[in-house]
Amino acid sequence: MGARTAMLSIEDLQARVDGKPILNGLTLEVGAGEVHAIMGPNGSGKSTLAYVLAGRPGYEVTGGRVLFEGRDLITLAPEERARAGLFLGFQYPVEIPGVNNVYLLKAAVNAARKARGLPEVDAFEFLGLVREKMALMRMEDSFLSRGVNEGFSGGEKKRNEILQMLVLEPRLAILDETDSGLDIDALKVVAAGVNSQRSPERACVLVTHYQRLLEYVAPDFVHVLVRGRIAKSGDRSLALELERRGYDWVAGEAA
Amino acid sequence: MSESAKQLEQLLGRGYQHGFVTEIDSDTVPPGLDEDVVRLISRKKQEPAFLTEWRLKALRHWLTMKEPHWAHVKVAPIDYQAISYYSAPRSKKDGPKSLDEVDPKLLETYAKLGVPLHERARLAGVAVDAVFDSVSVATTFKERLAAAGVVFCPFSEAVRTHPELIEQYLGSVVPYTDNFFATLNSAVFTDGSFVYVPKGVRCPMELSTYFRINAMNTGQFERTLIIADVGSYVSYLEGCSAPQRDENQLHAAVVELIALDDAYIKYSTVQNWYPGDAAGRGGIYNFVTKRGDCRGRNSHISWTQVETGSAITWKYPSCVLRGEGSIGEFYSVATVNNHQQADTGTKMIHIGRNTRSTIVSKGISAGHGQNTYRGLVKILPSAHGARNFTQCDSLLMGGTCGAHTFPYVEAKNPTATVEHEASTSKISDEQLFYCLSRGITTEDAVNMIVSGFCKSVFKELPMEFAVEAQNLLAVSLEGAVG
Repeated sequence: MGARTAMLSIEDLQARVDGKPILNGLTLEVGAGEVHAIMGPNGSGKSTLAYVLAGRPGYEVTGGRVLFEGRDLITLAPEERARAGLFLGFQYPVEIPGVNNVYLLKAAVNAARKARGLPEVDAFEFLGLVREKMALMRMEDSFLSRGVNEGFSGGEKKRNEILQMLVLEPRLAILDETDSGLDIDALKVVAAGVNSQRSPERACVLVTHYQRLLEYVAPDFVHVLVRGRIAKSGDRSLALELERRGYDWVAGEAA
Repeated sequence: MSESAKQLEQLLGRGYQHGFVTEIDSDTVPPGLDEDVVRLISRKKQEPAFLTEWRLKALRHWLTMKEPHWAHVKVAPIDYQAISYYSAPRSKKDGPKSLDEVDPKLLETYAKLGVPLHERARLAGVAVDAVFDSVSVATTFKERLAAAGVVFCPFSEAVRTHPELIEQYLGSVVPYTDNFFATLNSAVFTDGSFVYVPKGVRCPMELSTYFRINAMNTGQFERTLIIADVGSYVSYLEGCSAPQRDENQLHAAVVELIALDDAYIKYSTVQNWYPGDAAGRGGIYNFVTKRGDCRGRNSHISWTQVETGSAITWKYPSCVLRGEGSIGEFYSVATVNNHQQADTGTKMIHIGRNTRSTIVSKGISAGHGQNTYRGLVKILPSAHGARNFTQCDSLLMGGTCGAHTFPYVEAKNPTATVEHEASTSKISDEQLFYCLSRGITTEDAVNMIVSGFCKSVFKELPMEFAVEAQNLLAVSLEGAVG
C-alpha cells in the first residue's frame, strides 16, 4: 500500500479506554477514492477505532500516530478534525431535544466554512441543498424542524447520520455500524446515500459486523480487526469468506 | 470529571456585560426609613392624599412584620436603615416633556444597554418606558398609543393624570399587607409603569419598560400596574440591569395585573440584574411580588420570564383565576451560575369554574448555583372543572450546583384535573461530543443544547426578546458545564 499517498495513515496505533488497552498496534492506510470495510468480532476494537479517529474524550492514545492529509490527527480537537473534513457516523446517535435538525446542520456547515475563511451559508440555498439530500435519503420535510434525533426510530437516526454526511461533504467518512438495526429497505437507502458520495477525492471507512451492507456498498478493501489490530486484509471476497466461516479462523490465524 | 467537562469549565469568562456606572448628578435622599421619608417621597411625586395615607399604612404595617426566611436561599442580613429610598438624576426636575429634554448621558446609558430611546432608531412596534433608579426618564411612542386610547406612562405621572384608576386598582391584587417585601414596596415605591388598555382595544405595539439601577446604596422599588379592560389585549415586556458592585443591592418590586372579561395580558420579563462575581460578592437581591388577577370571564394572563441575573431571585408571578373560564400561564427559564440562588415559581389559584392553568418551568443550574422551583396549584371548592398542567424540568451542569423542586397542590374540588411532570437531566458528554464531531465548538454546543432545553419557554417570548434572551443565557452560562 505504501506507494500511493494515503489520505489517512494509521501507524502502530495504541489506545485505551478506562485504562484498558483496546487498540494494540493498528496499522492502516486509506487512500483517496477508496472504501474500506473494517470487520471483526464484538469487542475487537472497531468502534474504539472510530471514536479514537474522531477524538472522543476518554479514548486515550498511548502510542503510534495518525496522519490525516498530512496533519497529525491526534493533536487536533474533535471539532478541528471535523472541520478538516473528517466525519463520524454514530452507531447510536444521541438525542438533543429542542434543537432543530436543520439548525444543527447549518451550525455544522457554518463552523466548517468559518474555519476556511468563508462567509456563512445563504439560508435559502442551504435549505435547497438539504432538501435535495433529504429526497435522496427518502426523508420527509418534517425532519427539518424536529429535534435532533428526538423520538426518531433506529432507522431514522441512521438515515439522519447519512444526511448529515451528505450535507457536510467530508473528505473522509467513518461510518460506525450504520447498517445495524436497519431493515432491508432502509439499508438500501443508506447504501444509496453512501454510494452517492463516492468520488476520487473522498474516502470512506465502513465499520461493520456483517457483510450485508457490503452487498450494496462495494468496498475496495476489507480488514479484519482482532484484539485491537488488523489480523487480515483482503478484497471484497474476504467479507464473503467471513460471512461463511465466521471470525474464529482469522482469530486463530492471528494468534 | 470527564475531559469535556474540564474543557467546559475553562471557558468561563466573558461575564456580565452591563456592569458599568453612569456618572450623573443625582438627587438622593439620605439612607433610612421612617414616616418622614415616606412623606418626602410622596411629596416629591406630588401625590394625592389618599396615596400618601396608603403608603403610611403600609409602612406602619411593615414595621410589625418580620423578614421571611422560608425561601431556599441564603441571604446576608439586610440593613433597611442603610438603604436610600429615593434617587433620581438631578437633571430631571418635572420630567422631560419630550425625548429632546432627556439628559444625553441617560440616552447614552440606554443606548449602551441596547435600549435606544430615540424613536426613529427604535425597532418599530415597541414602546419603551425607561426607569433609571427611582424615576422614569423617558417614555416613547406616547402619542401613537394615545391615539389608540392606550395609557402607557410612568406610574408617578398616572397618579396625577389618572388618580381614579390608581385609587380603584392599586393594591387590589397585591394588598399593602401582602408580604414583607411587597409591603415595603407599598410604603416607598418610587416609579414604574402604568398601562391602561380600554375596552375592546388591541394595543397596537409591544409595550416595554427597561429598569436600570445606577446609584449606590439605593434600592429600587418600582410598582407596575396594568389594567386590561373588557375585550382588550396587551403584550408588555420588562428588562433590567445594574452596575457591577461588591455590595448587594435590594430590588423589591410589585407588579399588579388586572384582566377584565375576555381581556388578555401577556407579560414577559428578561431579568439581567447584576448577579455578583464568580466568588459570590455583590449582586442584586431581586425580591419581587408579581400577581395577575383574571377578574373577568374568559380572561387570560400569561407570564413569561427569563431570569439570568441577580445574586438572589425570589419571585412567584402568579395568577388568581377568578373569572369563569379564565386562563393563567407561567413559562419560566431560570438560570443560576457561580453563587447565584433562585427560588422562583408560581401560584395558580383556581376560583372560577372551568379555569385552566399551565406551568412550564425550566431551571438551569451551573457552578455553585442553587435553583429552586416552588409552585402552588390551589383549586378552591368553587372551581368546578378546573385544570392544571405543570411541567418542571431541571438541567444541571457540573457537580457543585443544585436543583430543588417544591410543587404544592391543594385540590378542594373533585372535578379538577391536576397533572405534574418533572425531569432532571444533565448535558451529557455524548451530546457534547456529537456536536463537536460536527465541527461545532464546545461553547456553541452548550448554548445550542441549553436553548433546546428552553425552547418551549422561548417560543412564548415576543420576537425581539427571544433573541436577547438566548444571548443573555449564553453569557450567563458561559463555561459552566459538565
